[in-house]
Amino acid sequence: MMEIAIEAEGLVKKYGAVVALDGFDLSVPQGTVMGLLGPNGAGKTTAVRVFTTLLKPDAGRARVAGLDVVADARRLRGLIGLSGQYAAVDEHLTGFENLDMVGRLYGFTAKASRERARALLARFDLEDAADRPVKGYSGGMRRRLDLAGALVAQPPVLFLDEPTTGLDPRSRLGMWDVISELVAAGSTLLLTTQYLEEADHLASRIAVIDHGKVIALGTSDDLKNQVGGERLELTVSTPADIDSARAVLAPLASGEITVDEPARRVTVPVTGGASALMESLRRLDAEAVKVLDVGLRRPSLDDVFLTLTGHAAEEESS
Amino acid sequence: MTTESMLANPAFKPLRDGITVARRNLIKIKRVPDLLVFTTLSPIMFVLLFAYVFGSAIDVPGVSYREYLMAGIFTQTMLFGSTLTGYGLAEDIQKGIVDRFRSLPMARSALLVGRTTSDLVNNVIVIIVMSVTGLIVGWRIHSSPLEALGGFALLLLFAYAFSWVFAVVGLSVRSPEVVNNASFIFIFPLTFIANTFVGVTDLPGPLKAFAEWNPVSAVTQAARDLFGNTNPAVPQPDAWPLRHPVFTSLAWVVVLLIVSVPLAVNRYKKAASR
Ligand SMILES: Nc1ncnc2c1ncn2[C@@H]1O[C@H](COP(=O)(O)OP(=O)(O)O)[C@@H](O)[C@H]1O
Ligand SMILES: [Mg+2]
Repeated sequence: MMEIAIEAEGLVKKYGAVVALDGFDLSVPQGTVMGLLGPNGAGKTTAVRVFTTLLKPDAGRARVAGLDVVADARRLRGLIGLSGQYAAVDEHLTGFENLDMVGRLYGFTAKASRERARALLARFDLEDAADRPVKGYSGGMRRRLDLAGALVAQPPVLFLDEPTTGLDPRSRLGMWDVISELVAAGSTLLLTTQYLEEADHLASRIAVIDHGKVIALGTSDDLKNQVGGERLELTVSTPADIDSARAVLAPLASGEITVDEPARRVTVPVTGGASALMESLRRLDAEAVKVLDVGLRRPSLDDVFLTLTGHAAEEESS
Repeated sequence: MTTESMLANPAFKPLRDGITVARRNLIKIKRVPDLLVFTTLSPIMFVLLFAYVFGSAIDVPGVSYREYLMAGIFTQTMLFGSTLTGYGLAEDIQKGIVDRFRSLPMARSALLVGRTTSDLVNNVIVIIVMSVTGLIVGWRIHSSPLEALGGFALLLLFAYAFSWVFAVVGLSVRSPEVVNNASFIFIFPLTFIANTFVGVTDLPGPLKAFAEWNPVSAVTQAARDLFGNTNPAVPQPDAWPLRHPVFTSLAWVVVLLIVSVPLAVNRYKKAASR
């Protein structure tokens, strides 16, 4: 049986009238990556703060690495790494000094702490900047340094709260690579994000959180299937082609074909994935329908959110 | 996982954690000397202002006003220096650094002990700069070296106790700027309704009572006595706390610490990045 590394049962946390967590349940097996996906204000940070012993829940319980987050908080802190929503690095210290400080606070000897700091700086591509104050670092460098800080003690369970929020696209891709490596190394990871593609890319399982509750759980494929099947989307070259395309593809459709006249786009629900795509292309070709663009689309996680909550993920952000 | 050989002896972990945090703050003083420059510039300005502008207008019988004045400015400056503790803590909360610290297996007390300790070091530097300025404008110590050391120690102890008071403030407000504003509300009445710049005997009733029991008055009087900046011709204060200023000052230090240390620790546990 697989060990459960992160577990929450019925967590409740209220801030006055605001219910940040409202019966939050979660279970993350050891060595897997759970993506906690939700819009701004959904309760992601609050959940992470409970798991990392920063916040006591009003009700419910949570265990991390087999330890209760309230009763065993002290021991648990030695087993977790946290990279919070805002890079918590000290501007006036150098990158090296930041990591060395964290190492010592984990209880390392001076020597072990320095060696670990140097090794992490090398691994996160910060060697050149290691002895410069963090003040001059870019956003991406700060984020990497903060993540390195979470890894100092090689904790078996890691929490990354919106690790790429505020990064430019290139730094984000760099961060994804770094996180993917961690995952490959077998850490248990809870990662929160507002980016649907990020959860899709990094996490093996996704929990969708809204108003402090998990409203859906599964692999990215599970979630997509829940929303509906795949569909064929094609754009034809002339308005006349719309009707011929519709006629040609009718036998393949598993549901109602929709047409967007101005965009000359025809959407056909299908089953069978790639083979349906090939078959449709053969038929369109045989009937000489001129097609500009064609593709098999699976629902995006945005669609997932819309279906699950009735509102778009972005709608709530303030 | 971390191996045993990498870990230091856990026996003195809380102490070492405090030192680690203090070292971090001191590096900051080194890298951003502006803070230190400003905390020392204003007392230098005060010394010069009072010595040359008011010095001739205010008359204290039997002793040069410049000498009389120094103890008051010392006390006031220590109080200003201790507000840095609140500022620094509020800044750490705002930047999420407190969250990182709280998620580490470090001693609960370390951030506060480290911060108050590094601010004490800061105050030592400030007191040295001020003493030199004082000596240049004619301030002299007329007591024994031991008494003089006692005077400096008392000033620093007082600053240390107030560091904890401002730690409570810093951990309770929402931004470092608020600490600054909040501390003025404390500091101005404390330093001006006192014997810092003039004697308290001529103050009207309630203000006089406040000034007599004001910890700033006690510390100022104690420093004045210990530096030998009084003489028999100076009218002695008749209030009990000012006739026993060293005892009163120490009592204030103890009371302030007893009240503010547990409060600060409690606020720290609840502190969240807001
Ligand atoms: N310290 C706090 N005081 C008051 N309300 C808070 C506090 N922290 C979070 N909240 C509220 O709780 C809800 C969940 O917040 P949070 O967990 O930060 O969401 P997320 O990280 O998903 O954006 C939000 O409505 C937020 O405004
Ligand atoms: Mg958040």
